Amino acid sequence: MSEEPAFRVRDLAVSYGSQVALKDVTLDIEPRKIIAIIGPSGCGKSTLIRCFNRMNDLIPGTRVQGQVLYHGQDIYANDVDPVTVRRNVGMVFQRPNPFPKSIKENVAYGARINGYKGNIDELVERSLRGAALWDEVKDNLNRSALALSGGQQQRLCIARAIAVQPDTILMDEPASALDPVATSKIEDLMQELKERYTIIIVTHNMQQAARVSDKAAFLYTEVNEAGTARWGVLVEYDDTSRIFTNPRDKRTDDYISGRFG
Amino acid sequence: MTNAPTDTVASPLVPRKGFSRMADPVFAALTGAAGILVLIILGYMVVVTTLTAWPAMQSQGWSFIFSTTWDPSRGQYGILAFVYGTVLTSLIALVIAVPFSLGIALFLTEIAPGWIRGPVAYMVDLLAAVPSVVYGLWGVFVLLPGLLQPLAVWLSRTLGWIPIFAGPGSGLSFFGAGVVLAIMIIPIISSLSREVLRAVPSDEKNAAFALGATRWEMITGAVLPRAKAGIIGAVMLGLGRALGETIAVALLVGSREQITASILKPGYTMASIIANQFTEATGDHIRALVGVGVVLFIITIVVNVAARALVWRMVEA
Repeated sequence: MSEEPAFRVRDLAVSYGSQVALKDVTLDIEPRKIIAIIGPSGCGKSTLIRCFNRMNDLIPGTRVQGQVLYHGQDIYANDVDPVTVRRNVGMVFQRPNPFPKSIKENVAYGARINGYKGNIDELVERSLRGAALWDEVKDNLNRSALALSGGQQQRLCIARAIAVQPDTILMDEPASALDPVATSKIEDLMQELKERYTIIIVTHNMQQAARVSDKAAFLYTEVNEAGTARWGVLVEYDDTSRIFTNPRDKRTDDYISGRFG
Repeated sequence: MTNAPTDTVASPLVPRKGFSRMADPVFAALTGAAGILVLIILGYMVVVTTLTAWPAMQSQGWSFIFSTTWDPSRGQYGILAFVYGTVLTSLIALVIAVPFSLGIALFLTEIAPGWIRGPVAYMVDLLAAVPSVVYGLWGVFVLLPGLLQPLAVWLSRTLGWIPIFAGPGSGLSFFGAGVVLAIMIIPIISSLSREVLRAVPSDEKNAAFALGATRWEMITGAVLPRAKAGIIGAVMLGLGRALGETIAVALLVGSREQITASILKPGYTMASIIANQFTEATGDHIRALVGVGVVLFIITIVVNVAARALVWRMVEA
């Protein structure tokens, strides 16, 4: 815990229009660790992960309260451009979403718009190697990315994200659309990536969270007395081993052991 | 196997009877007939118009297409000036309409707040439903004195050294007709483009945003490449309408059969010569006018086939 956290989240609350989606989230995220966000459907996991790169801003009517400090700087401060935030905090989505361009152009896209001056070919190779995809595609860099398998496409999306040279990568259920073999490749890749990047992953899969993450945040849905509104809260945030073996909160215990959710 | 209804149905494969079994073949026959009817009408139209026009085209020879002299009193029918006018006014219309239409479509899909989108999109669609004669009259009585005439004069005075703006400039010209055509095809191009842009997966837009793209970079990098083929299709449909538009153009083009480099001079188009002279024409004159229609039809088909080929090539690539 000696190192400065990559993110400090303080009293974070998110609402869409008049509906509160998430509140009372306070946690610190250490650099070069894998943090899993777990919890039942609709508890605000995706809402939370999208706060780290301000993707929520793209949904009209979204309001974010509280603080998200990235290396000490509030990313929701007035003078911060969300575009700059996203250039430092990459993201991989649930469904692989490569552009309908060649493999090479997919990887180069982010670097190009960010004004990358170096050698594009080297960057493409380095990024594809970093995403454990190079050996499979090195002879076909000009082929359409859409010709790749789902698992390959997802690793291409990871390569595309790291080509921008972020220090954090957000993964919103990155393996939920993939078969077990492709999933295990992504999981192995995450272990390699955490040597250089901070990784925050949303997952529905409890075994996956237990396998890959160092720390886990358990979110749960609260309902108001009238039953007319529901929102997510952070129930517990701790080392993954502790969350899965000896959670402090009964709701965590019930969810982990499969009593509801 | 315990609840199989063996006592009510003798065999599970007994065919259903009555109309419900006939519906599929009847439906197939009806829709097939409708499809074939279109082909028959198209073929009939081509054959009949070509046969009607043939004597006139034959007596004129190649000068029917390559001469600019159209003088029914002396039996001379050369249509080149009309072809030129049709192509030129349509090109002017495209040059003006395409940027505007794309702007409208992108604004309505990517920029505008939700509550503006519906009403504005609806109004743009309504513009497509305005009859062309209304556009023509509005052009003559409002646009011509208010905008086209002064603009044409100004263009010829300031840019007159460029041949296409050579003076004296007039609002009743290729330019004037092109501007009104542009206004008429903007709703078509923009509403079709809007549908194409809306079909771009939000996954890909999010991918671009997550890589640190600005809205502009997201549009040029993720949206437009994906929508390219569809937008070209939309533009070609607009061009098709511009090529065939009759009344509004007849009112504004100036009705003089000449080929000039300057777009500020009066001209004529194929559709408008037919509309202007058809009621008073007889004999060879009427056959020549039908011949103009045949050539216009061919041009429209060539444009459509070319557009389709272009779109195909892009989708393949």
